[in-house]
Amino acid sequence: MAFIKVSGLVGKLYVPDGRPPGSKKHPCRDCFGCQQCSDDRCSLCRNGTRAAAGRGYDGGKPMRDGKCNIDFASTVTVSEILPTVPQGNSSETCCGPPPAPASSPNERPGYRLLPFVAGFIHTPAGPVPRVATALAPADLIGVAAVRCGIGRNRRAIAPGLYAVGPACADSPVLVTANYKLTFDTLRRELSGVGAWVLVLDTRGVNVWCAAGKKLFSHDELALRVQRTGLERVVRHRRLILPQLAASGVSARQVKKKCGFEVVWGPVRASDIQTFLRNGMKAEAAMRRVTFTFGERLVLVPVELSFLPKPTAVILAALFLMSGIGGGIFSFDAAWARGLAAAAAYAAGVLAGAVATPVLLPWIPGRAFAVKGALTGTAVGGLLILLLRTGLHAAELPALLVLTAAVSSYLAMNFTGSTPFTSPSGVEKEMRRAIPLQAAAFLAFALAWVGSAFVG
Amino acid sequence: MEKLRYLPGVTTLALDADACVGCGTCAVVCPHGAVRMQNGKARIADRDGCMECGACVQNCPTGAIRVTPGVGCAAYILKKWIKGKNAAAGGEVNCC
Repeated sequence: MAFIKVSGLVGKLYVPDGRPPGSKKHPCRDCFGCQQCSDDRCSLCRNGTRAAAGRGYDGGKPMRDGKCNIDFASTVTVSEILPTVPQGNSSETCCGPPPAPASSPNERPGYRLLPFVAGFIHTPAGPVPRVATALAPADLIGVAAVRCGIGRNRRAIAPGLYAVGPACADSPVLVTANYKLTFDTLRRELSGVGAWVLVLDTRGVNVWCAAGKKLFSHDELALRVQRTGLERVVRHRRLILPQLAASGVSARQVKKKCGFEVVWGPVRASDIQTFLRNGMKAEAAMRRVTFTFGERLVLVPVELSFLPKPTAVILAALFLMSGIGGGIFSFDAAWARGLAAAAAYAAGVLAGAVATPVLLPWIPGRAFAVKGALTGTAVGGLLILLLRTGLHAAELPALLVLTAAVSSYLAMNFTGSTPFTSPSGVEKEMRRAIPLQAAAFLAFALAWVGSAFVG
Repeated sequence: MEKLRYLPGVTTLALDADACVGCGTCAVVCPHGAVRMQNGKARIADRDGCMECGACVQNCPTGAIRVTPGVGCAAYILKKWIKGKNAAAGGEVNCC
């Protein structure tokens, strides 16, 4: 035996006579002898996913039209044969623990090889990083941090062309934003698919917001297509865009500026595989934005993450106000009554930034300020039932007003996190609600300070 | 989304049926199904479902559909009122 043709692989493959010694670690079809290297090295070929384990390198999933014709010199030169790196003498026991593994041949001076890059595909437009479709622990920690409001606006990745799986000249091109979370959401949905991912420079802003700001725009898209040399990488002239980019991208302008046709993909990355399987057709449900219980719940930590700074100011004001009374200022009163006022504020936060977003569809009213005021009244009512023994009769309604006003204001601010509030509507409700909220705060302040003099 | 409805009668969405050439792009890109196709022409099927994102306007070849696009975000609008449009465009607000 010598060189044979293996279906699904480019060119011919050398197959040794007889059975090679030892067993193979993975059932890769382009390999006939295994050196039992570490899984790190295997993952360079195998895209870093367990899903790919059973398949080995099969040259890609056939495209819908039956075949995936690969015309690159080689699509699997992921890591050229690793140079034999002198490993040092392992019997030398001085100088602490054993050294870290040798550097990857994909590393370049002055660049950092990001952990989600599983290898490189060599294309006529240069090497294209192929990214893993499984999220590593570091990626998941990043997602969790962002969901808690930590470093939410500092998560950009380099714009340009990426690949997933065994991408070839006929593979679809998916366009996305360079927000790390957006990119991660997309790539984790692409396991088992060969595709190109064109990442635009949206300044680290997600698709919909970037489209609204015209950062995800036809100009940026055309520029990125040209800069990456996409027309030399793929044979077709189609770009799949997330539907929510439509507010920033005119498909006609894209065609005019770079010759590529825009296909509007689904709203959610989780529908992308179905979309591709169905011949790039999206059902009505894939075209609609949702705002489910879970989608609302994950927003709560970020809503709360905006509050520490204003809360510090408000609490200081509340404790200060609570101390004013007949004896000009009393530290005892500031503490005792201040705690009650702080509890009312906390109840307002709970009602407006937690309960209202989560229970949104079940709270009566359309305007968020109204929903917040109702929730605030309910939560505030419970609070004054708890506090009623220690406080003056005039103080209880004052606290209730504070809770309702805080909740109303915070709920109104939640409009910015929803996918269905129109600017005309938000402006209309703000014109009515803000004067009322301001009046409520004033009424609270007067009643709270006033009751100290009466009591 | 049927359960979550915002204020009625506020949207700036308008459609000039005579100018519509029936390409159907507006109905594809609308994330709320506010515009749909009927008898080869666009029709406003759910006016109050419109959130004025502007996707339809951006992709209408004849300017038949119009809306004043923007983000429905109280923090942004408040900042715009206080500091002016340009200052509001950047910085930390809890929306876009």
